[in-house]
Amino acid sequence: MISVTPPVPAAPKPLRALALRGVARRFERNWALRGVDLDVAPGEAVALAGPNGSGKTTLLRVAATLLRPTRGGGAVFGHDLVADAEAARARVGLLAHRTGLYEDLTPFQNLAFASRMLGLGLDRPRIDAMLERVALSDAAHRRVRGLSSGMRRRLALGRLLLAPPALLLLDEPFASFDAAGLELLESVARDVSAGGGSVLVATHDLERAARIVDRTVWLEEGRIAARPEAEGASPGVPRLVGR
Amino acid sequence: MRAPPSGVVGPLASAPRAERRVGESTRVLALAWKDVLVEARTRANFGAVVAFAALMLVLFGFALGPDQEALTQAAAGVLWITVIFSSVLAFGRAYQFELEDGALDVLLLYPGDRRSLFLGKFLGALAFVLAVEAAVVPMAGVLYRLPILGALGRLVPILALGTVGVVALGTFYAGMASRVRAREVLLPLLLFPMLAPLVIAAVKGTHVALVGDPVAAQVNWLGLLAGFDAIFLAAAYLLFGAVLED
Amino acid sequence: MTDREGIAVRREAIVPEWVERSRGSLLGPGPALALFGVAAALFFAGAQWYGLTTLPARDMGDLQKILYVHVPSAWIAFLSFFAVLVAGVWYLSTRSESADRLGASAAEVGTLLNGLVLAQGMIWAKPTWGVWWTWDARLTSTLVLFLVFASYLTLRALVDDRERRARWSAIVGILGALGVPVVYMSVRWWRTLHQVQSTPSTMDPSFALGLRLNAFALLFVGAYLVLLRRRVARVEAAVEAIEDERALNAEATRVR
Repeated sequence: MISVTPPVPAAPKPLRALALRGVARRFERNWALRGVDLDVAPGEAVALAGPNGSGKTTLLRVAATLLRPTRGGGAVFGHDLVADAEAARARVGLLAHRTGLYEDLTPFQNLAFASRMLGLGLDRPRIDAMLERVALSDAAHRRVRGLSSGMRRRLALGRLLLAPPALLLLDEPFASFDAAGLELLESVARDVSAGGGSVLVATHDLERAARIVDRTVWLEEGRIAARPEAEGASPGVPRLVGR
Repeated sequence: MRAPPSGVVGPLASAPRAERRVGESTRVLALAWKDVLVEARTRANFGAVVAFAALMLVLFGFALGPDQEALTQAAAGVLWITVIFSSVLAFGRAYQFELEDGALDVLLLYPGDRRSLFLGKFLGALAFVLAVEAAVVPMAGVLYRLPILGALGRLVPILALGTVGVVALGTFYAGMASRVRAREVLLPLLLFPMLAPLVIAAVKGTHVALVGDPVAAQVNWLGLLAGFDAIFLAAAYLLFGAVLED
Repeated sequence: MTDREGIAVRREAIVPEWVERSRGSLLGPGPALALFGVAAALFFAGAQWYGLTTLPARDMGDLQKILYVHVPSAWIAFLSFFAVLVAGVWYLSTRSESADRLGASAAEVGTLLNGLVLAQGMIWAKPTWGVWWTWDARLTSTLVLFLVFASYLTLRALVDDRERRARWSAIVGILGALGVPVVYMSVRWWRTLHQVQSTPSTMDPSFALGLRLNAFALLFVGAYLVLLRRRVARVEAAVEAIEDERALNAEATRVR
């Protein structure tokens, strides 16, 4: 029997950008996450590292309220991921591996749609400014289908930035951004932390990540693994300790 | 390495991403419009569905004819079966765009009521199916010798209400079927039994409007359709949140 | 339950205590259920004996006695689908796996009864009218309902993820059950225009006792089948829960 009860108002505790407690998530018969505890403070940027299949993407999706935890729970800026999901979702932005753009529409149209869906209405100046910021003004009225993958990623980032989130989740961002996009990404991440928001980056590329994160958390087979060296080190051969 | 974080919750933090300036209806219409726009850009799809419907009319003609009287008597049934089968093609596609490349995740992450996504999809698909009908009904009128123009006043309400019912349930079930294997078969399996009352009412009502039937005319088919639509549109709207959640 | 910081946390019971209690028992957990089954079977047999040995009414032959079972079977199938509706709403409100198991069991039993109703209808129709099928209001509605809940079962078979299966089953079950009155109404209106063969009205008072007896008998048999099916589901769930725990706690031992 599963019971979910709403959070009891606790004594004033430092508000965390993201708090996960014992989060486990099962897909059919196998567990992608096996009880993860994670805390991200406001203003902090954390890298989430681990091999393929370790559950990084699943973790981000749970934090984004796209997936409900099978066990355990969490909160974004105090808003429970399940009981208060809409409020949690309103504070989260996810830049996923798949861009989710509409191929047959133009960048402008994609952003216009996002703008409306975010509740901002059709704000042409804002959209034009965003296209400028992600260096897509020239391609604004060409179909997305014809754009390079670097351009698409920048467009996806632009879509996210129309309403900057308090908790920015990035899933393997360094993989397919071009040089211009990477600079943009780094400046965005810095802006978010500077404004009191937080960043959680799932990545293989620890060198790149080191430029924007304060610490690294290691995920292995669905669990946080303790590592002797924790700060953006080059991949050694650490012994893995089970949780 | 960066400077250590201040730990202070700044103005950006803990505030929702965008102060809502517009209501849910704008989001619904935005989604519907986006679907229409995408369909308009891939024109090939509309043509293919209309061609499919035309083929169905022709094949039914072979199956039930060549006696013109028999065809005219069967026409209402043929028309609605054609509309339903053609719509099934449309419903799968309504979600295909979202599933490709993870656009559904992006939709799910926008702040606001997730049930609006259903209404948006519903309206978008409704526009598409009505457009297909606008092409198919005249064709049926010609092939099956139906007095379409003369009966337009009586015909349009039945077509409209019947289509609303088909599209509402179709869009709803497609939200599930499209994410499962054997999706092509699951959608009709879930949808068609539920459409039985609608088929009865729509066909009888259309038959009365086009060909006339004094006995059948005594029943308020339009009312039955309206009731069906009201019940299932409301139920689908309320339940859609649970379809999308994971 | 919440942890110290007020974050809501989900917990699952791993092995239900009723499974623990029943280890080693001959009749399995709860001999009560087995006894109930036996009692239901006896009652049902008794009802049939009553039906077959009482004198037929004036305008009924022995064949009409199939209606003693046919009509109540439809009622109980109806009731099962209502149970599916209730279970669906219960599941969506509480996410209780119990609700899902109950709903699935009720749907299976209801579909089975529906199938029997159709078979009995056809058995009655052939000698009476010489045809296997008449598009009679009750029979046609039953056929549609049969298909609705058959699609419910197909959906369950195609979705492997437990939570999603439960959620979607609840939704499809609710819609299906909402459709029941709509289907009946529309088919009846469809049929009233054509006065052709239909199963006779069962208003004759001598009929009433036979119907009522069978209604209760089928209610008990149906309830027993649902509870039995639900028990199977619970055992399956307990096994899955144990396997899940094992998979969850598997030690990670890779060294890179």
